Amino acid sequence: MTFVRPVFRHPESPKNKLGYTRKFYEGALSTLCAGCGHDSVSGAIIQACFEMAVEPHRVAKLSGIGCSSKTPTYFLANSHGFNSVHGRMPSVATGAYLANRDLMYIGVSGDGDSASIGMGQFVHAIRRNLNITYIIMNNGCYGLTKGQDSATADKGSVNKTGAANMYNAIDMAGLALELGATFIARSFSGDKEQLIPMIKAAMSHPGFALIDVVSPCVTFNNNVGSTKSYDYTREHMEATAAVDFVPMMTEITTEYNEGDAVTVPLHDGSLIHLSKLAKDWDPRDRQSAVNRLYQAKAQGEILTGLIYIDTESRDLHSILHTTEQPLNLVEQHQLCPGSTVLEQINAGLR
Amino acid sequence: MLNDFVIRFANVNGTGSASANTMFAKAIFRMGIPVSPKNIFPSNIQGLPTWYEVRVSEKGYLGRREGIDLMLSVNPQSIPKDIANVKPGGYFLYDSTKDLHKDLLRDDIHFLGVPMMQLCMDKFADPRQRQLLKNMVYVGAIAALIDIEVPVLHQIITEQFKGKEKLITANFEALEMGIQYAKEHFQCPFPHLRVERRDNVGDWILMDGNSACGLGAVYAGATVLAWYPITPSTSLADAFGKYAKKLRVDPHTGKNNYAIVQAEDELAAIGMVIGANWNGARSFTATSGPGISLMSEFLGLAYFAEIPTVLVDVQRGGPSTGMPTRTQQSDLIAAAYASHGDTKQVLLFPSTPAECFEHMTTAFDLAEQLQTPVLVMTDLDLGMNDNMSPPLHWDDNKVYQRGKVLDAEALEKIERFGRYLDVDGDGITYRTIPGTHPTKGSFFTRGTSRDEYATYTEEGPAYVRNMDKLARKWETAKTYVPAPEFYQQEKQSNVGMIFFGTTTYAALEAKDLLEEQGIPLDVMRVKAFPFSDAVKTFIDEHERVFVVEQNRDAQFKSLLINELGTDSSDLYSILNYDGFPITADLIRQKIFKNLVGKLPPPFVPEKIGPPGAESSE
Repeated sequence: MTFVRPVFRHPESPKNKLGYTRKFYEGALSTLCAGCGHDSVSGAIIQACFEMAVEPHRVAKLSGIGCSSKTPTYFLANSHGFNSVHGRMPSVATGAYLANRDLMYIGVSGDGDSASIGMGQFVHAIRRNLNITYIIMNNGCYGLTKGQDSATADKGSVNKTGAANMYNAIDMAGLALELGATFIARSFSGDKEQLIPMIKAAMSHPGFALIDVVSPCVTFNNNVGSTKSYDYTREHMEATAAVDFVPMMTEITTEYNEGDAVTVPLHDGSLIHLSKLAKDWDPRDRQSAVNRLYQAKAQGEILTGLIYIDTESRDLHSILHTTEQPLNLVEQHQLCPGSTVLEQINAGLR
Repeated sequence: MLNDFVIRFANVNGTGSASANTMFAKAIFRMGIPVSPKNIFPSNIQGLPTWYEVRVSEKGYLGRREGIDLMLSVNPQSIPKDIANVKPGGYFLYDSTKDLHKDLLRDDIHFLGVPMMQLCMDKFADPRQRQLLKNMVYVGAIAALIDIEVPVLHQIITEQFKGKEKLITANFEALEMGIQYAKEHFQCPFPHLRVERRDNVGDWILMDGNSACGLGAVYAGATVLAWYPITPSTSLADAFGKYAKKLRVDPHTGKNNYAIVQAEDELAAIGMVIGANWNGARSFTATSGPGISLMSEFLGLAYFAEIPTVLVDVQRGGPSTGMPTRTQQSDLIAAAYASHGDTKQVLLFPSTPAECFEHMTTAFDLAEQLQTPVLVMTDLDLGMNDNMSPPLHWDDNKVYQRGKVLDAEALEKIERFGRYLDVDGDGITYRTIPGTHPTKGSFFTRGTSRDEYATYTEEGPAYVRNMDKLARKWETAKTYVPAPEFYQQEKQSNVGMIFFGTTTYAALEAKDLLEEQGIPLDVMRVKAFPFSDAVKTFIDEHERVFVVEQNRDAQFKSLLINELGTDSSDLYSILNYDGFPITADLIRQKIFKNLVGKLPPPFVPEKIGPPGAESSE
């Protein structure tokens, strides 16, 4: 845990195209344990928003309850935040999104929050293709209540007390694939190179963008025998591809090998470049993504990177045929039919 | 008996009887005679017995009344019970396609047989049509017997099946068969039990409370509805959808100025409502008892984090799944103190569809002004039955009260924004909507303890300041909520009666009945919780106060005692909790007994005439 953050910043700190420095995207000082994977994810969110030149006040950050759900305090201080109730962030985010389709929504959850108490809401937010970047900081354990196994802990994984988990794990990425999620990625809190472009791509995706981030709990689940420790994850990580996110209107400078490279154009003109590591996998083909995921699991690998993307994604407002204007800006004269109409309705009830 | 009787239709659920029965009630209403129809239906889609009970009351008493003058029976399953329920001297009109078993006969009521099914079998080819038109046959027979104006029925049928000429013709034919059969076989109309045109309904309407709430939400500017299906609130969500589709589609773009989400459960429904309101849209949900239990955690969040929230609770019989298709007012305490910790929620108690409509705007205004949940407490009786009501009213000069919300311009002028800083001293602080200003006004909404600047804190004094501020807001709320209504110019009795919501109909009738017996009462209808000072004054000014409510545990009385510190020995409960709407006679009896020390003269049903007199068979 850090108690003091240096206020000094290099006077020449780089600015993004809005003229903001990275500092503008930071939040309050973290109160999580020193070395917590979650702080790295917060850092990646800050970096992604800075690089994307997002207006912080046009972002709403929402979370449930748990260590992970505390993190929205630690990034984007100029965004409105909402720390809701345990497992219920998806519903609050759904309501918020219905009210204003113009903001960007970042949802932060944990494995207890999404895979147990909030499983129902997680599932249904995916079904509705809620337009949100949904980050699960997944450490396989309940940190705030001192280390109980969560529903994503692998069977046989040993927690700090030395007990092996007796139950099968829920694979959130696999589940999301099954549910028809339109953007599914997995990453590791210790791999910024991969995580930052992944967050950028997720923020550009018009629909439910899941990033399941393995984010080790240094206090309760970083021991030998745990399958969500730093060491274990580093040893067993298997990337789908090297990922590069190219925002709209940005010149492509990176070179890619013919044959291995896939370029996925997003709705807004942005591009995701992937240097594929597996020839039979195409992130736009759900079936091949399922195969790739199962194959990795069978080999004891933690598959990371972009797993699946639906480039034809239609988000909730599009499904509901809602007006382009944010509903919270529709004015009374557009909303209230007035007394003349009411008189006609009365007449029809006599 | 002229324009004053109760008729009950005993039907089989899912046989299309509802539409015929509604036409019957509407015909009487259009003849200018006050009418109060009530569905008594099972938690079932098809097959089980269902009843439709219509009270006709020239004097305009709309509460339920015991004693059935005329029973229409087309359900063999419930015949024994239906025969037993007819008042001595009353009538039992049945489908005589099959003979009644002689053991079922009573000698103190009249049996009138019409071979409804046979008539339809002879006339119509399609089996489903036979079933549906059988309902019109009995409507025709009853119309002849009690003298309903046939052109009125024709008009209603024509409106109902507008554009479907074949159906209109078939329904006219079935109606006529019933009329002719009755005229040929019985003395029509009945000498006493009949209707005669009046001008006693004025400009009133016939509407169910759920539709009124749904339409009220459209007028109130609600843009987001999140809900989960549950009887008896489902038709409220349906009504919002129906009216929004008609009134809220942008004429230029064809796109919806509203969004409706059927959530995965009540927890998600209320979560969405809170999220939408937090983000500056007017959003609501509708539910019933079990939903209130599920939504409680979120209601606590909205109370503590101070987020406007509107919920309609169409109450049904509890506890647990209880009686899903019966009425009660038994969610009061669960709603008033919804959620763990120290919480108090604002409640509204509409008693007519007109008030349901009006209270939706009141609820949104209060929710945004007070930044807290407002629960509109209706019930199945009000929500799902067609209630006679004053017309819905909207004032075009009305402006939505959005409460203390700071825009970008206002934020510019502020040195430091404190979301929970009570600058006005009324416990209501200023909020901001996400996306307002690049550098000012953002804050963290949380269910955890926080200081005036929305920063997390576990400091005791900061927590206490916040809780006291919420208590201060509760005091302010008392002056914002609708005041109680009194039905006397000045104090005329030492005895008072308090009621609310659907208990109103029966309570006001009981007041008249008792007055006729020489017992005048002062009465007060409470419209909201927290109770305003006038409620306490009324109780203090009367030696004995009866509190009428529809639950077992006198929940409303508990609220009065708990919130006002009233001496419980001054308050007497009159309770009804069998799932049926409370009757005036029950109230009359209990008050009479309490005041006079003995039961009032029993209810003596009028004898109409010797059995069989009207039958020409």
